Amino acid sequence: MIEGRTGKWETVIGLEVHAQVISKAKLFSGAATGFGAKPNTQVSPVDAGFPGMLPVINRFCIEQAVKTGLGLAAEINLHSVFERKNYFYPDLPAGYQISQYLQPVVGHGRVSLDMPNGTVREIGITRLHLEQDAGKSLHDRHPSLTYVDLNRAGVALMEIVSEPDLRSGEEAGLYLRKLRSILRYLGTCDGNMEEGSLRCDANVSVRRPGAPLGTRCEIKNVNSIRYVMQAIEYEARRQIEVIEEGGTVEQQTRLFDAARGVTRPMRSKEEAHDYRYFPDPDLLPLVLDPDWVERIRADLPELPDARKARFMSEYGLSADDAGVLVAEKETALYFERVAQRRESKVAANWVMGDLFGALNRLGVGIHLSPVSAEQLGALIDLIADGTISGRLAKDVFAEMVASSADPAAIVEAKGLRQMTDSSAIEAAIDTVLASQAGRVAEYRAGRDKLYGFFVGQVMRATQGKANPALVNQLLKKKLAG
Amino acid sequence: MSDLALLALNLTEARDGLARKMFSARELAAAYNDAVSKAKPLNAYITPTPERALAMADAADERLARGEALPLDGIPIAVKDLFCTKDILTTAGSHVLDGFHPPYESTVSDKLWQAGGVMLGKTNLDEFAMGSSNTTSWYGPVENPWRRPGDNRPLVPGGSSGGSAAAVAAHAALAAIGTDTGGSIRQPASFCGIVGLKPTYGRCSRCGVVAFASSLDHPGPMARTVRDVAIMLSAMAGHDPRDSTSAPVPVADFEKALTGDIRGLRVGIPQEYRVDGMPRDIEALWQQGVEWLRTAGAEPVEISLSMTKYALPTYYIIALAEASSNLARYDGVRFGLRVEGDGLEEMYELTRAAGFGAEVRRRVLIGTYVLSAGYYDAYYLKAQRVRTLIARDFAAAFERVDCILTPTAPSTAFAIGEKSGDPIEMYLNDVFTVPANLAGVPAISVPAGLSGDGLPLGLQITGRAFDEETVLRVAQVLENAASFRHLPSFLAGAGR
Amino acid sequence: MALDKETVAHIATLARIRVAEAELELLANELSHILSWVEQLNEVDTTGVAPMASAAAASLPMRDDAVNDGGCREAILGNAPRVARGFFTVPKVVE
Ligand SMILES: [Mg+2]
Ligand SMILES: [Zn+2]
Repeated sequence: MIEGRTGKWETVIGLEVHAQVISKAKLFSGAATGFGAKPNTQVSPVDAGFPGMLPVINRFCIEQAVKTGLGLAAEINLHSVFERKNYFYPDLPAGYQISQYLQPVVGHGRVSLDMPNGTVREIGITRLHLEQDAGKSLHDRHPSLTYVDLNRAGVALMEIVSEPDLRSGEEAGLYLRKLRSILRYLGTCDGNMEEGSLRCDANVSVRRPGAPLGTRCEIKNVNSIRYVMQAIEYEARRQIEVIEEGGTVEQQTRLFDAARGVTRPMRSKEEAHDYRYFPDPDLLPLVLDPDWVERIRADLPELPDARKARFMSEYGLSADDAGVLVAEKETALYFERVAQRRESKVAANWVMGDLFGALNRLGVGIHLSPVSAEQLGALIDLIADGTISGRLAKDVFAEMVASSADPAAIVEAKGLRQMTDSSAIEAAIDTVLASQAGRVAEYRAGRDKLYGFFVGQVMRATQGKANPALVNQLLKKKLAG
Repeated sequence: MSDLALLALNLTEARDGLARKMFSARELAAAYNDAVSKAKPLNAYITPTPERALAMADAADERLARGEALPLDGIPIAVKDLFCTKDILTTAGSHVLDGFHPPYESTVSDKLWQAGGVMLGKTNLDEFAMGSSNTTSWYGPVENPWRRPGDNRPLVPGGSSGGSAAAVAAHAALAAIGTDTGGSIRQPASFCGIVGLKPTYGRCSRCGVVAFASSLDHPGPMARTVRDVAIMLSAMAGHDPRDSTSAPVPVADFEKALTGDIRGLRVGIPQEYRVDGMPRDIEALWQQGVEWLRTAGAEPVEISLSMTKYALPTYYIIALAEASSNLARYDGVRFGLRVEGDGLEEMYELTRAAGFGAEVRRRVLIGTYVLSAGYYDAYYLKAQRVRTLIARDFAAAFERVDCILTPTAPSTAFAIGEKSGDPIEMYLNDVFTVPANLAGVPAISVPAGLSGDGLPLGLQITGRAFDEETVLRVAQVLENAASFRHLPSFLAGAGR
Repeated sequence: MALDKETVAHIATLARIRVAEAELELLANELSHILSWVEQLNEVDTTGVAPMASAAAASLPMRDDAVNDGGCREAILGNAPRVARGFFTVPKVVE
């Protein structure tokens, strides 16, 4: 809810996400899909719309779309149709995009969001359809020319359309994170927004609470979750201002200017779009074998919601901790490797505390962590078996982050092994007490608070290596005289 | 053997002569190269490829010498310039494809070369195969090798595969490939006195064929006899994984279907094909055809194809809608003509205005209109529903009969410019051929006689989907009965 | 359906074909003529009849996810009217 000058406003948001399908070859041609190749080196005559060249669909791309549909708890349409969406653009070689329109491969589904207040929100999925990506137009390489690279032309995209169920930029952010997490769990899209594997268009409108939907604006191609959130918040406030000033919101396509944090209408004249969709006569209806769909369903991996529930029941984690650990597939896998045969809460604390802190400082994801799950597990084991103290473990971890070395090797090399020899500790205590005869007398006279001072002195004398429990036990005995 | 005698052989005879070493593939190719240049006044070829023909003939001779002859070894074939041929100019008869050298070969032409065929060149056609008279080509009109006796006006060869038809009729190719979207193989075959077959949809791959209307385009063979066409089809047909609409149906040896025995076969005669204003000689020839088949032991059966009248408008809506989309790729960016203008949009508009001829522009505009918002249901969807009814007509008919006999076209070849003004008058040429394209069933045109004004007339046999064997068998019986031996004036005339 | 000049101009823009103002009238007449001819289809009762998109009876064949095409930049750019540094080029587009 946004408080305007004239009262409360509700923002209504629907998202259209274009997710690039993970596949070796393109949707309708045998050209490669890899990111970052030299211009026009991953282009077949089919992708370039050469005369007489015909599309033939990639079975794996369909499997990926079906898998994604199942992951979104959606209906799979056993009969779907590819249609042509006709428009002219230099990076659309055939003059039409092969897409799905009236009969998409995936129908209604849903995504559930864990809200910060602990509740769960269900966001409806309207549909998911398969379509071809366009090529790339580069407008800034030449003063009077646009350069066209068709490497991306024909790569398979899943367009995932949400219901207008989202109510704030923050919710939109949660939805995108959750959707990306599901796609990554499924292995159907890498979710990389910087490389354009995940792109988002946001339809935004505002209304008085309970009123019918207002006129919406579509914000095109925003390339980070943070920007999507910013763009929505800006756009909602802009629309409220327009209405409160007595104007009306014009339905239009807008772009987000990340540098200025504002949305602006697209400069190109928005001709009345008339895409003249019709079934692509080069392709026949896509008919799926229900057994095939069931086999895909049977092979689905555990998804974030299920994994979260399992982390809570199996590892006794709180909902918050489990939520954090399952958000990224790699984190969840990492955690489970660390928690293997170990105290799960200790494992969770190390992963979410020290490890996340270190990764944050380094600015890398967990897949690039300098400390492997096995190494972190070994560190926890060294604490558990008394080889090092919990305090020293922090230093060892810092060293692991710096050098990627095994904790045992660091402990050995730096001589950090915990002192558990009681005669050595006794000798250290004796030395400390002998040098602090006055304070010993005060303590024995009743100044209990000095106890901590003696512990500190003993630890200092042993460079922190003395086993704290032993120190306690022996010190108490000695002070008691 | 003299060149003239060589050129008089049909495909079957040439194949046998090569096998018996009566002449070499090189001699045959050289004779045809010569015939191609002599036929230049007909404008049947856009791009002759004489060097390639000789090289392919030499390769065929080597195989023939080794006793490893392929089915079409040494047979000189003309290719409609709608088929992409690797590194050879491919124009679709359009200015907009100026200079286009495809980096690939169409599946059908490739199969012919794999079978030993010798490529003579690329033949002229209506621009993007849109026409029934071969007058819309950027490379100028094709002339029919036939003329009316005592009338020196050049006639159209029919279209759109008019260059292929004229080349075969003028003995400037032993056989040719064409495409048939609404009659573009059969109607020119009828106009030029040759045999032309439109196979079942999906029988011959569309891969590498410049698209006019994808759901209606059918590549097919054109030659001098039914047997020649059967031999060609056996080489051209077959499932192609690069065309999603190609049928995974096994290919028979179609020559074996030519048994001459049609006893007991039921031949449908659709009453609706007796259209108003059909010339009496066509009507009479059709009746003659019925008698020929009856004499051969077939049983004529009156049938009804009630939707016939609506086939043409249905065809035009669907074909033009698909064409408007298929031709969007000609935009001046990746191949062909480009006319620079002030900015991108003007470049598009000027390129396409200059690149497309009047008929193509007209068709693209109509196709765009019938697909546009608000009109899609009234035109396009309506036409698709009528198409269903037309296909049902055929399905019902084929429950009662094994094939259908009709005239191929409602007229003979007309003079260039004789029918201009009204596009619909031109469209009416396709009235008998279009239904088979909509239903996807095979149909053949066989020269069956001469009209009152001395021009060839074809009869058409239409069959069940994937039953080209019956179509060819009946066609050959007709061919034998008609024993059409007339030669076009171009061959009979001076110099030849 | 009689098309007016404005409609023809609009279709021509959609189809990206420049039509001179002077040609619009003639074209409007031609197209109207053809459209009124195809409108005889309205005589046919198609209630409950499914549209037919293709004569092919089968369903969509699928291919394996294998890279066996592309990597042929010369072939792709070889026919282009204008190229620069491995790209196709067009007059600058303003977004
Ligand atoms: Mg969309
Ligand atoms: Zn899309």
